[in-house]
Amino acid sequence: MKHTIAVIVENKSGVLTRIAGLFSRRSFNIDSLSVGATDNPDYSRMTITVNGDRDILEQVIKQLSKLINVIRVSELDASESVERELAVIKVNADKESRSEIMQIVNIFRAKIIDVSHRSMIIEVTGDEEKIDAIVQLLRQFGIKELARTGKVSMVRGARVIKA
Amino acid sequence: MSQKMTGAQAVLESLKREEVDVVFGLPGGVLLPLYDAIYQSDIRHILVRHEQGAAHMADGYARATGKVGVCIATSGPGATNLVTGIANAYMDSVPMVAITGQVNTWLIGKDAFQEADITGITLPITKHNYLLRSAKDITRVFREAFFIARTGRPGPVLIDLPRDVTVDEVEFSWPEVELPGYRPSFKAHEMQIKKAAKALMEAERPVIYVGGGVKYARAERELIELAVKINAPVTTTLMGVGCFPEDHNLSLGMLGMHGTKYANYAIQESDLILAIGARFDDRVTGKIASFAPRAKIVHIDVDPAEVSKNVRVDIPVVGDAKNALQGLLKEVKPKGRSDWNEKTEGWKKDYPLRYIPDMNIIKPQYVIEKLCEIAPDAIITTEVGQNQMWAAQFFVHKDPQKFISSGGLGTMGYGFPAAIGAKIGRPECDVIDVAGDGSFLMNSQELATAVVNEIPVKVAVLNNGCLGMVRQWQELFFDKRYSATILGRTSPDFVKLAEAYGAVGLRATKPSEVESVIRAAMAVDRPVVMDFIVSPAEKVSPMVPAGATLSEILELEWCDADQYCHLEKIYAQGRKEILGQEGF
Repeated sequence: MKHTIAVIVENKSGVLTRIAGLFSRRSFNIDSLSVGATDNPDYSRMTITVNGDRDILEQVIKQLSKLINVIRVSELDASESVERELAVIKVNADKESRSEIMQIVNIFRAKIIDVSHRSMIIEVTGDEEKIDAIVQLLRQFGIKELARTGKVSMVRGARVIKA
Repeated sequence: MSQKMTGAQAVLESLKREEVDVVFGLPGGVLLPLYDAIYQSDIRHILVRHEQGAAHMADGYARATGKVGVCIATSGPGATNLVTGIANAYMDSVPMVAITGQVNTWLIGKDAFQEADITGITLPITKHNYLLRSAKDITRVFREAFFIARTGRPGPVLIDLPRDVTVDEVEFSWPEVELPGYRPSFKAHEMQIKKAAKALMEAERPVIYVGGGVKYARAERELIELAVKINAPVTTTLMGVGCFPEDHNLSLGMLGMHGTKYANYAIQESDLILAIGARFDDRVTGKIASFAPRAKIVHIDVDPAEVSKNVRVDIPVVGDAKNALQGLLKEVKPKGRSDWNEKTEGWKKDYPLRYIPDMNIIKPQYVIEKLCEIAPDAIITTEVGQNQMWAAQFFVHKDPQKFISSGGLGTMGYGFPAAIGAKIGRPECDVIDVAGDGSFLMNSQELATAVVNEIPVKVAVLNNGCLGMVRQWQELFFDKRYSATILGRTSPDFVKLAEAYGAVGLRATKPSEVESVIRAAMAVDRPVVMDFIVSPAEKVSPMVPAGATLSEILELEWCDADQYCHLEKIYAQGRKEILGQEGF
């Protein structure tokens, strides 16, 4: 069972290590982790996807909350939040395949951000399934390189998760 | 009014403001400026002979006094030598501040001489840690560190202090603590207290199960009041030993692997367990799936992460043990004696802790009984293993600050330096370290510290010529293949060892000599090592084999044929589990 949690942390050196270390020593599995600034420069926001049952999720949240540099931990219910991930994909593309790839890019409302004689780089955003789907379709041409950001997530409507 | 001073002076001023009167440490290159400031201050510094000793002394001092213990070590090896002591304090939730020297800030990360990434190393074994990068942060960080160490669930905090930070000049200020991410729980939720009280009133066979949390909250009085008011028997973990007076008729003593039979029977038969400041450790619960099968579980703990970590809790009460107990006392009504009291007291009569006395050879349990008889109010510290279990079982404990033992980490070599720390914190008390011939040698160099600083602690070495607890398991689970556990008489002569350091050495080889040796040791105002040559074959009993249910507790010396077959079966299972994942 996958769960998404948003973690507001103090923007200090070593905080990522504390969180990663907690996950590894308590044998919690991280599926993805993304981190970046918030509107307040003192705080960063992490979105962590955790794999495990309800008891494990509860322990993850409680243990994270114990860290002094962690300000807030919230579970994000998938049905009540929007989730986005960005991927850049370098795919083989020659004269024959280029147009077909461009069609796929259009269908997924993705973008081509670099073109050369033998390859191009595609940028795509969306939820996890959408990115999985385009990766699957592009595989036939030969994916040379793939980088995904890990997902970020936000609750719909008026509810706000802030420090 | 602000005042200019060096970083080192700011450290000392911060310690003074936190009312630190003693620190345990050993200097080194990067600590020269700090030690120069110590030289010029009136703080008491106890020079140790190994940094591990400093950490355990700070730990023993903290447990005996309830104050924050402070230890100091230099960068690199000094800091890494503290690691075991910090981990020990972390596992047993001991308030401690560890100060380590660090190389100059511009050398950090360059593999400089005596550089170690001690904040990285201690990340999983501290409640929090800091690497100071600027002298202006010193006072804020020290104030936060002491606040974090002593509040909520206490624990060790480490401050890494680069050399240049201690040299730089700074304006002294004493800022208020502002930690938006740290909100330790204190007040228990009223609704939960009401639910807990209702469950206690409805229960027919309640047991109160008490851990170190009651000691740290200083809630012993409330605990006794509650137990008496509702006539509920009380059992304690190793960390909770002394929280409830063991000579009280409601006391069931310690539970778990080497607990009393009656405590373990009571837990298994109970219909309600009120756990207070205890964490359902595997040494306590035995086989978790069959732990207290009929009991509803109420769990009072200051650390929300402990709730439902190991067992499923029916009624969690998150808060300070004293606060929660005061709340419960208001809600519960007095309950008279019941059949349950008759039953538990019957078990107490039928299955007392016992051993087979001997006229010719000293039984280790006998030494503990004599210590208790001669020095009933002494602070007892222990090493780890058989000596620890016998000290827990055969001394009648009445005060949690007077039983000091390494519970979670199980650190051999802890007891002696902890005794020195305890004696410094409570000079009016007798302090006795119950040791084994294996564990005492792990920090016996601190005899120098005790002698030089005139700290008259006593060590009772239960000298059985082996690493007894492991030997016991080898006898039971590994067909008596005593791999690397027989020391024989290869240990040094402990009497001469004591004398070499300038301490007093005494020896007893016969039961008739035990009392006179103890009386002689207690009569001198100097550090004493008592060498008791005890039976090597003695085992800690009773025992719940690893992976067995608590009620499958066995007395190892008194098995009849039927029981023996049963024992063999459980041992076979235990062996399987040991060779697999669980257990030892």
